[in-house]
Amino acid sequence: MDLYEHQARGLFEEHGIPVPRADVTSSAEEAREIARGLGGRVVVKAQVKTGGRGKAGGVRLAADPAAAELTARQILGMDIKGHTVGKVMLAQPVDIEAEFYVAYVLDRAAGRFLAVASAEGGTEIEEVAARRPEAVARIPIDPAEGVHSAKAGEIAAAAGLPPQTVDVLERLWEVLVREDAVLVEVNPLVRTNKGQILALDGKVTLDDNARFRQNRWDTEGAVHDDPLEAAAAAKGLNYVKLDGEVGIIGNGAGLVMSTLDVVAGCGARPANFLDIGGGASARIMADGLSVILSDPDVKSVFVNVFGGITACDAVADGIVRALDEVRLTKPLVVRLDGNNAVRGRAILDERAHPLVQQATTMDGAARRAAQLAHTS
Amino acid sequence: MAVFLTKESRVLVQGMTGGEGMKHTRRMLAAGTNVVGGVNPRKAGRTVDFDDRAVPVFGSVADGMRSTGADVTVVFVPPAFAKAAVVEAADAGIGLVVVITEGIPVHDSVAFTAYAKEKGTRIVGPNCPGLITPGQSNAGIIPADITKPGRIGLVSKSGTLTYQLMYELRDIGFSTCVGIGGDPVVGTTHIDCLAAFQDDPDTELIVLIGEIGGDAEERAAAYIREHVTKPVVGYIAGFTAPVGRTMGHAGAIVSGSSGTAQAKKEALEAVGVKVGTTPTDTARLVLALLDVDRDTTGADHDTADADRDTARG
Repeated sequence: MDLYEHQARGLFEEHGIPVPRADVTSSAEEAREIARGLGGRVVVKAQVKTGGRGKAGGVRLAADPAAAELTARQILGMDIKGHTVGKVMLAQPVDIEAEFYVAYVLDRAAGRFLAVASAEGGTEIEEVAARRPEAVARIPIDPAEGVHSAKAGEIAAAAGLPPQTVDVLERLWEVLVREDAVLVEVNPLVRTNKGQILALDGKVTLDDNARFRQNRWDTEGAVHDDPLEAAAAAKGLNYVKLDGEVGIIGNGAGLVMSTLDVVAGCGARPANFLDIGGGASARIMADGLSVILSDPDVKSVFVNVFGGITACDAVADGIVRALDEVRLTKPLVVRLDGNNAVRGRAILDERAHPLVQQATTMDGAARRAAQLAHTS
Repeated sequence: MAVFLTKESRVLVQGMTGGEGMKHTRRMLAAGTNVVGGVNPRKAGRTVDFDDRAVPVFGSVADGMRSTGADVTVVFVPPAFAKAAVVEAADAGIGLVVVITEGIPVHDSVAFTAYAKEKGTRIVGPNCPGLITPGQSNAGIIPADITKPGRIGLVSKSGTLTYQLMYELRDIGFSTCVGIGGDPVVGTTHIDCLAAFQDDPDTELIVLIGEIGGDAEERAAAYIREHVTKPVVGYIAGFTAPVGRTMGHAGAIVSGSSGTAQAKKEALEAVGVKVGTTPTDTARLVLALLDVDRDTTGADHDTADADRDTARG
């Protein structure tokens, strides 16, 4: 889960990383009060989980509390790359002398975390990394050792960062480990004209798998902008809304991704990703069907199940019971393959629902579902 | 011969007495796996009956190895205890740990994969279906009855896509199928499996299944160019998948790869790997490379006649 900037800032502060004075609000009136408390002149920053908000007009300087209120009113509710701004952070402006970049990120190939640091921080860091890779230090971290002062010193020296950043590097590692983050990034880490080091902006991605031991973010957990995604999440379904017209239900993330591709290859567009996992019970099938059928864009539905541990006859039973519960309004193409496929298909044949068709292959079923989406 | 797992393998199950552990131990035994014991410190000394087989429970992996000569362990314990289970197995000096558990925090996976490497223990997984050498042994949750022994080696991140290909090519059969798992950090990689299959005299052709994210497939392609002389057929899932969450700037800086399905396909094709457009098309490429004409094999191949099926009402 990605944190908002103000949440990342809060974590940095808790772990002793210097940050500018700031506060967050969803109200323009309150923004005026906050600005007053911060000395009047403030930076108003949209809180959205996407990049490029500065270019979109989501980060602006306000000269006094009245201007802060006005600016907050303009930014709140703004749409930035499909994200609606619900909160703004107001921060004391600082005079920047130098911008650095520091991060710890998972290096999947090496199976360990990597310190990434550069003396040329700021929004252009990716271009710097691409054009002059030597300007970005990459130091692997031994998981048994972690980052202590000697290692932090090595990282700072390799990136050409001033010695005052060593403490920040050590504490940032602590944020990564203690909070079960998979990414912590400070960009920019700045030196002010008074020589102070401050984390001006940050990104933290927490590990969803660690929720059992890190539960304090639960209340601010996943927010679903899309009503179908929200409905699916409420039913505990692994559903992602897409733009197409063929509804997809499958078992296993890899098979579902493959199903989307095969449908796209038949000239139709998948309407969603929905992985019902290994079990494929009647309950989850009914829940999945009801979410997909409530999507007005859906013209046909493709159920693609490989019967492995749960054999196809059990899956077919689940579909039949789901059909008793959910009123089918659109054509449904079912492909059952794997263990007991013949018995499973017979169960569906016997049910003889007028809107249900079967195909024995994934490619054939995808073609049929695409045709039905175009003709209905 | 096969890779990593044979009929000689003696298999322990950590978490055997739990629900998933019981269910899959029964399935592993039915597939011919030599399951020699379970591990649970609170139930040491008891036995668990699986149909006609009584399997002893040991208090630790080390005890189990001493009593049975076990060289493989399959881990079903919950995420919170998985790291301790793997570290215990590595400390005991076991050769192969298959971590089925899903939902392990990545900091734990980073720690135990590094630790196991130091101890010389191979990890398969985590969050994987395990591996199977059909007709010999099955360590994990892969359905054993959807294929048969043969000459194809398969490595995949995805469980159900593995099953799909195993089933589509069941008349040819497999030497070993390894589900390496889809987590960001895994112990055994595509490259480790390519190397093992290249050296395995029973493997004639290798199927490599990948999916969007990371750069493991691009790295596999580079390895194939240098080290693999056997034919490789690929399949990549995720051409139309929604783009994943942003990783700040750091993700792009580290890998330098876009991680898209298209980039992976191109990297594989550039080194001569044939890449299928669908799982069925992938199976067709395998048959062509093995010079198999399905009509003469007599298999019940209902996977090759797509067009007829579309008319089925």
